[in-house]
Amino acid sequence: MGNGFVSRAFRGRRRYPELAGRLPPGQYPTPDFPILSAGPTPRTPLDRWDLRVTGETDQPRRWLWEEFLALPRETFTVDIHCVTKWSKFDTEWEGVSLDTLLDGLDDSASYLIAHCDGGYTTNLPLEDVTGGKAWIAFAFDGEPLAAEHGGPARLLIPHLYFWKSAKWVRRLELADDDRPGFWEELGYHNYGDPWLEQRYQGD
Amino acid sequence: MDDADLRLDGNAAAGQLAEFFAFDVTVAEATCDGCGEAAAVGTLAAYGLAMGVILRCPHCDTALIRVSRVGHGQWLDLRGMRVLRVPVAG
Amino acid sequence: MAGTTLSGRLSWRLADVVETVVETPRTKTLVLSVPGWEGHRAGQHVDVRLTAEDGYQAQRSYSIASAPDGERIELTVERLADGEVSPYLADELRARDKLELRGPVGGYFTWEIADGGPLLLIAGGSGIAPLMAMIRHRAATGSSVPTRLLFSSRSWEEIIYRDALARLAATDGALQVTHTLTRSQPSGWDGYRRRIDEAMLVEVAAPPSAHPLTYVCGPTRLVEEVASTLVALGYDPARIKTERFGPTGG
Repeated sequence: MGNGFVSRAFRGRRRYPELAGRLPPGQYPTPDFPILSAGPTPRTPLDRWDLRVTGETDQPRRWLWEEFLALPRETFTVDIHCVTKWSKFDTEWEGVSLDTLLDGLDDSASYLIAHCDGGYTTNLPLEDVTGGKAWIAFAFDGEPLAAEHGGPARLLIPHLYFWKSAKWVRRLELADDDRPGFWEELGYHNYGDPWLEQRYQGD
Repeated sequence: MDDADLRLDGNAAAGQLAEFFAFDVTVAEATCDGCGEAAAVGTLAAYGLAMGVILRCPHCDTALIRVSRVGHGQWLDLRGMRVLRVPVAG
Repeated sequence: MAGTTLSGRLSWRLADVVETVVETPRTKTLVLSVPGWEGHRAGQHVDVRLTAEDGYQAQRSYSIASAPDGERIELTVERLADGEVSPYLADELRARDKLELRGPVGGYFTWEIADGGPLLLIAGGSGIAPLMAMIRHRAATGSSVPTRLLFSSRSWEEIIYRDALARLAATDGALQVTHTLTRSQPSGWDGYRRRIDEAMLVEVAAPPSAHPLTYVCGPTRLVEEVASTLVALGYDPARIKTERFGPTGG
């Protein structure tokens, strides 16, 4: 940034010191739900949708839509934080916990790679998606999840920046080796903890 | 929100692309590595502009150009583009 | 400050704000003088960057609304209610301030006399800005290329460049300006009062056999509907250029 120019009287967004314990550094709260996509919205019909667990496991799994909806589900309310600096408090979701989906599988794999319709991918340490920390969400705010927001089902992992909550998820790959996903390959942080402001590689 | 609202034209990324190219790449023709079709970069479908820009083939959605603005750096990924034809100035 | 580095890459430069002009209740034109401006083509845009004391930066793109004119360029900014940049540009920025910008960029969506015509220009809201640069460039060169502008606005008061367009059309038989007002109309209005649709395009535009060069600019939904309707009507897709402004139109 180097030339030192400052725009007279430009303040940018206001700070929120009163939200310090709840708003991660550099974020601002919004009542909206902005949509950011890396590509066109996929429209997989429910009768062609499935969710699979593959990779480093001797028990690959697959659920069709009705089978997925028959799994134990949870309603949960969380704050979400986007790397583009907006945060949204108290978002209400319904989904199936990753603990349910991965239950009983041997846990020798270290990483989870999420694969999505449209080709989007993201990578996570396996320990970050288990222990009640992640879901496959199919409803938001009491309604079926809209396609623009990742419906019919998206990964939801609120303790990391929201690009890790991959929309249109179709396959959960258990892997021994980490493999950077779509944005991670382009310089976004490999882990993405909003409280440590891990937006970009090197942060 | 309607899906149509989410994409812009490649032309909208002209400034970001100017960080990498010493010429106006929006008028250059890019051949898609996915389907082989060629299109002016300015006509590609542009997505993701808050995090960078992803320019996709209007025929098959393959990402030809991916740019990210990551702190004090910018990254460019061209794996989805086979050939870029640049008109010679003058 | 030079606009290009030694490597030829475009870089940020400082423009002087000469004056600001109210266009409509929601929009303002910024008249800028850019030292060393190498000129631009009608339709191109600039990226504008604001920097706060603590180093925080925000950046947006704005079409150049003026014809090439030495070091002078004009940008028209629409104030978005929850915007971060547009309220600053529309309400705070004043003469003698400086504004950081980069450009001109975007050579795809441009028109100059040598490109010929006839011209079909279709705008929604602030999408008129790059098309106004084309219309002004055409007028400045005395061109008589037949030109039809179909311009969608919310109301009479919110038509950007309303009077300037009327003056140009009054003295130029080859320039036809048609408005449609989608939300409210003045009493006695006998013009269009709906969103641009196929029937309107058939009535207003020169037929496909005229092979117009077409430029469509405005909110994404308008651009997509108009472009696909024109193709369905038989206009050559290779002669239709679009500039989507996103959901908010600018």
